[in-house]
Amino acid sequence: MEILKAVLAIGGMGLIFGALLAVAAKIFEVKKDERIPLITECLPGANCGGCGFAGCAAYAEAICNGEAKVNLCPVGGPKAAAKIAEIMGVEAEEDERMVAFVACAGTPEVAKNRFLNNQDIDCHTANRLAGGIKGCTYGCLGCGSCVEKCSFGGISVVNGVAVVNRNLCTNCGACIEECPRGVIIRIPYSTRAAVFCNSKASGKEVRAVCDVGCLGCGICAKNCPKEAITVENNVARIDGSKCVGCGICVEKCPKKCIELINKTAEIKVAVAVKKR
Amino acid sequence: MFRDLLIISIGAILVQNFVLVQFLGICPFLGVSKKVETATGMGFAVVFVMACASAITWVVQELLIALGIEYLQTIAFILVIAVLVQFVEMFLQKSVPSLYNSLGIYLPLITTNCAVLGVAIQNITKFGGLEYSFIKSVVYGTTAGIGFTLAIVLFAGVRERLESSNIPEFLKGMPITLITASLLSIAFMGFSGLSF
Repeated sequence: MEILKAVLAIGGMGLIFGALLAVAAKIFEVKKDERIPLITECLPGANCGGCGFAGCAAYAEAICNGEAKVNLCPVGGPKAAAKIAEIMGVEAEEDERMVAFVACAGTPEVAKNRFLNNQDIDCHTANRLAGGIKGCTYGCLGCGSCVEKCSFGGISVVNGVAVVNRNLCTNCGACIEECPRGVIIRIPYSTRAAVFCNSKASGKEVRAVCDVGCLGCGICAKNCPKEAITVENNVARIDGSKCVGCGICVEKCPKKCIELINKTAEIKVAVAVKKR
Repeated sequence: MFRDLLIISIGAILVQNFVLVQFLGICPFLGVSKKVETATGMGFAVVFVMACASAITWVVQELLIALGIEYLQTIAFILVIAVLVQFVEMFLQKSVPSLYNSLGIYLPLITTNCAVLGVAIQNITKFGGLEYSFIKSVVYGTTAGIGFTLAIVLFAGVRERLESSNIPEFLKGMPITLITASLLSIAFMGFSGLSF
């Protein structure tokens, strides 16, 4: 009897409140944009935040409100952008595809560690420990914190240096965010050559710690027929939109830290790194 | 009667302020106090929920006593509060969408806000010797909500100023917020000298 009373009282209350809420839901019904769920379906649903919004649903809502472009999803890429554009009835503008790139070729053989080796710890610890375990204070530590952050398997450590697989990279920026040294940068997917160094130290300091570091000598910039190379902060950078892939800089570089890359770059880089 | 109600009101707003003296409802207090506007909105939502919860839980309590199942108090009260919060949520989404968006997750969290359950439970434990009645319950609920609003709006004002002030690196964000909250709380402790 006791239990029946309790069940009936609470159950009854629940029933009454439920009915009231159902009525209230009808009265206060809010009409939502029907395109939001449709667009959310076109997105990958990884909620990685690469578009700059809190998640796929938030991005979809921003598109519907006209606050965001349709091509911001780095994971879905042009395919998703085209689908969303169809729903929204606009033209998808294609942005140049960008990929992450590890600007360092300093394997432990050519850029020695001061102490410890890189298998034992994560990058953040390695970076903080007494000014970093690597002689070079700008280069990749090769401890693989970025590898763990990548949701797409697009980055791996080869011979003690992280290497991006350009075809798997979605430009979400997770590795760039994670890297304590800022050695990962964005370059256009179509770029033909790249400088494998991030060292902003002077030429003398670079030579002391690394055999393949950019000295900032500017020989590449002087010899580039397209004026695609600039030296800033002691490190050369190649403008991917101007580079034609002639390979003159690769030959002229006294430290051989510029490499030609193509679509299978990650393989080539791995080989190049091994050779050193 | 009127004197009793006055004592209850002053007590709920200042002397026994829910947030700063009894430390109930800290979650929305810290979460939604970045801007005065949203803090005010949150405050009024809590006032509404607390007042209605006080009224309905009084009736529910009478019902439970009549049936002799007072031990179901907590679950019954939570049920009432959950329904009220759902209702407020629907209402705000329809009528004041901007406030609905800025309150975000904290709005449904009023459901589990201990301040609301606290007011309902304190209602039935008879204000320190005062006889408890329907009107007193509602007045206590409303003024407790006003006390919450007062605290959160004051705090939001302080936090808006903190935004533009020069804070040491290690105190930025939550630490300075908690220190500010504790200072505000100490200030409210001063009201404990008020007595009728």
